[in-house]
Amino acid sequence: MTHPTRNTKLMNRFDLTCRLVGKLKQAEAVIGGIGNTNFDLWAAGQRPQNFYMLGSMGLACPIALGVALAQPRRRVFALEGDGSLLMQLGCLATIATLAPKNLAIIVMDNGIYQITGSQPTPARNSDIVAIAAGCGIAASHWAADEEDFDRLVDHALQAAAPVLIAVRIDDKPGVGATRRDPAQIRERFMQGLGVRQPI
Amino acid sequence: MAVEEPLKHGEKPTQPTERSWHETVLQTLKRNQVDLVPYVPDRVLTPLIQSLHCDAFFTTFATAREEEAVGILAGAWMGGRRGALLMQTSGFATLANVLASLVVPCQIPLIMFVSERGTLGEFNYGQSLVCRTMRPVLDSLAMEHHTMTRLDELEFIVDRSIKQAVATQAPVALILSPLLTGGKVFEAGASS
Repeated sequence: MTHPTRNTKLMNRFDLTCRLVGKLKQAEAVIGGIGNTNFDLWAAGQRPQNFYMLGSMGLACPIALGVALAQPRRRVFALEGDGSLLMQLGCLATIATLAPKNLAIIVMDNGIYQITGSQPTPARNSDIVAIAAGCGIAASHWAADEEDFDRLVDHALQAAAPVLIAVRIDDKPGVGATRRDPAQIRERFMQGLGVRQPI
Repeated sequence: MAVEEPLKHGEKPTQPTERSWHETVLQTLKRNQVDLVPYVPDRVLTPLIQSLHCDAFFTTFATAREEEAVGILAGAWMGGRRGALLMQTSGFATLANVLASLVVPCQIPLIMFVSERGTLGEFNYGQSLVCRTMRPVLDSLAMEHHTMTRLDELEFIVDRSIKQAVATQAPVALILSPLLTGGKVFEAGASS
């Protein structure tokens, strides 16, 4: 795993996920992408406003966009891996065009398909932030280190346009393991968003 | 008594007082509070897409892929907003994974309108092949689907299907047959 010509610190997904979750005080929604991204979201402390995606690789950002369109007053975060985002790069253009004020995307970039055996992605030398900016998401930034990540998340919590934060992460596996119960995950999420009441 | 000209290939019988298929779909969506309508465009769907854009009730926009639109609609449903996806047969063919791994297991009442290519006068061999994959995929996931061929049944099918999808938390595919829409026919110089 090499990242030539980059000066961003190699950080850890679980640590960054904990930092994000620690800043969520307004019942913000979080969509955890497939695999380690949602395993670490699960391990960072379960919240009813978290949706854990168990399949449909690449759809964390579109799902988050849908939540953002349905509930424009609630801030919504998508947590996505670089390999997953590659499956659905077109969604960045859709998000830029619709420009929801309440949507933030965090891309965990390790340049590999960690969960399947750490194979390098075809985009290991591509620049996710440049791709997002090229799609029209003007507020797209690399986080230089943890402190910079905190600052960018604080900005995302106040922003009036979609935000993308890319972070370079190490190759550590996820810390937790999401309970694979899709219907229950969906129902709890809807209750967390105030759409449903428990029966 | 005037002699009626026989219909040419691709022509539809028209009755001026009758509501068009696309107007019926639009009004039925509206009546059921379905207001978020992402699409990947199709020639046959164009009048529906245009009228959705012209109606402020709807939020309608193109997505890069059909799968992306399914994600958006799943998120919107969980956030309390109803929507429907418009696409062509070949677009549906890209959806098996997302239907099997998100929509069906999460019990998302996804409403899909599929403009049917590949049958009743298709001129593109690839379209006719991809069309044959659609109903087997729907059946293999035990998904509700209806092929709409008649204007007089259209409103009933769309209205009841939306209500059933929401009530049973299950997806539905509403297939717009060329018998209803006129379909797309070969024109000299036209492609795909």
